[in-house]
Amino acid sequence: MALLEVSGISKRFDSTEVLKDISLELEKGEAIAIIGSSGSGKTTLLRCLNFLETADTGCIKVGGETLWDAKLPHTQSESEIRKKRLHFGLVFQNFNLFPQYTALQNVMLAGELLAKEQPGYKANKKRIHAELEQQARDLLAQMGLSDRADHYPHQLSGGQQQRVAIARALALHPDILCFDEPTSALDPELTGEVLRVLRELAANNTTMIIVTHEMSFARDVADRILFMDGGVVVEQGPAKEVIDHPKEERTRQFLAHYGN
Amino acid sequence: MSTEFSVIIGRLVSAFTLNCELFCLTLLFALPLGLVIAFGSMSRFAPLRAAVKTFVWVIRGTPLMLQVIVIFLGPGLLGFQSPWPSNSSGRMMAAVAAFVINYACYFSEIYRGGIEAVPKGQTEAGQVLGMTRSQIFFKVTLLQVIKRILPPMGNEIITLVKDTSLANVISNKEIIMMAKEYSAKGLIWPLFSTAIFFLIFVGALTLLFGWLEKRLDYFR
Repeated sequence: MALLEVSGISKRFDSTEVLKDISLELEKGEAIAIIGSSGSGKTTLLRCLNFLETADTGCIKVGGETLWDAKLPHTQSESEIRKKRLHFGLVFQNFNLFPQYTALQNVMLAGELLAKEQPGYKANKKRIHAELEQQARDLLAQMGLSDRADHYPHQLSGGQQQRVAIARALALHPDILCFDEPTSALDPELTGEVLRVLRELAANNTTMIIVTHEMSFARDVADRILFMDGGVVVEQGPAKEVIDHPKEERTRQFLAHYGN
Repeated sequence: MSTEFSVIIGRLVSAFTLNCELFCLTLLFALPLGLVIAFGSMSRFAPLRAAVKTFVWVIRGTPLMLQVIVIFLGPGLLGFQSPWPSNSSGRMMAAVAAFVINYACYFSEIYRGGIEAVPKGQTEAGQVLGMTRSQIFFKVTLLQVIKRILPPMGNEIITLVKDTSLANVISNKEIIMMAKEYSAKGLIWPLFSTAIFFLIFVGALTLLFGWLEKRLDYFR
């Protein structure tokens, strides 16, 4: 059974149909890249998976459990959705770090708030805090940012900010980590350092969905590629196959812009 | 002459305590009430939003002096029992009520501007990290809002210092009214000297706000 099963997702904004009956499956440890031109619905799909947008139709299952179903209103209450969100992590194009917190605090904040809701938090406060801090420091070290733990976001470069954001998402141990054009706000030099982190995550079999415009990166790192256009998945398959030998004319046209 | 001078200054000081009292009470109630009104004006429930916006329009669209008079005399003129005791503290209560309503409306617009200026991505980042709405507001948004609203808040609060004089339209004996009693007797310097009281008060507030802004300078 696939870890993630998405079926029949549609979404319209006013008169524009942004997603048309999208279905996809993702195995544990698999990394898929979603490519396509702007406005093809890639970002909206990720936002639906993270419940930042509410799809009009469809169903989202993780590990066989129905997290969200357009036909089942009880899966859509705010408190239900809040818990289910934690199956997913999302890294934004614009990082969205909290400016008033240091890198370390950004990584720790959500974990601390969740720990506070657990029974027995007060008695073990110090130990829990120490554990969370150690975990956050380890994650920042993994991102190559040990010496930036006490810096505020505005004191970090874009690439460093994005790596803090990745550490922040990893801190909650999501089943599936989503990236929404993680390098689109970065210049080429900084793009490299973020892609390096993504390569490492893929090598460690992190389950990921990456919306990206970096074709060679997608080809090398993703197991599978989905090409979206006009709200539908036009073509999908093993990464190298889709990039090197696209079957659909529309895919070929799109990839031509990237010199493939 | 010198005893007369110190007596007059003493009276002006005690009259100015009424201005200070009105200032403090207005802030105490209007700052939180303004936040409630701000949430009302941003409500997803359209009728509430419309009602709140209309109310804010009426309050911001009419003179504070008129509002003080209406709140003090209105209930009686409409044939109700006046809610205000018929003594000096009753007049003060009416003034506080009018000031709180008026300033809460101005504050609400400042809050709304500050809240809407925080990028939506901040809320979304909190949401995908499993935070509740109130956790997002208090742990993520609030400090960013405070940082953004400090300059306009400083402005509005400085205006409030001087507006406290309007309380004298319902015979609250604040500093300008006290000083005018002397000018009616031909003694003009007490009236001019009131400026110094306001200048000192506003100067202290300016320093306070400058200090607060510096305190929040560590992030952007």
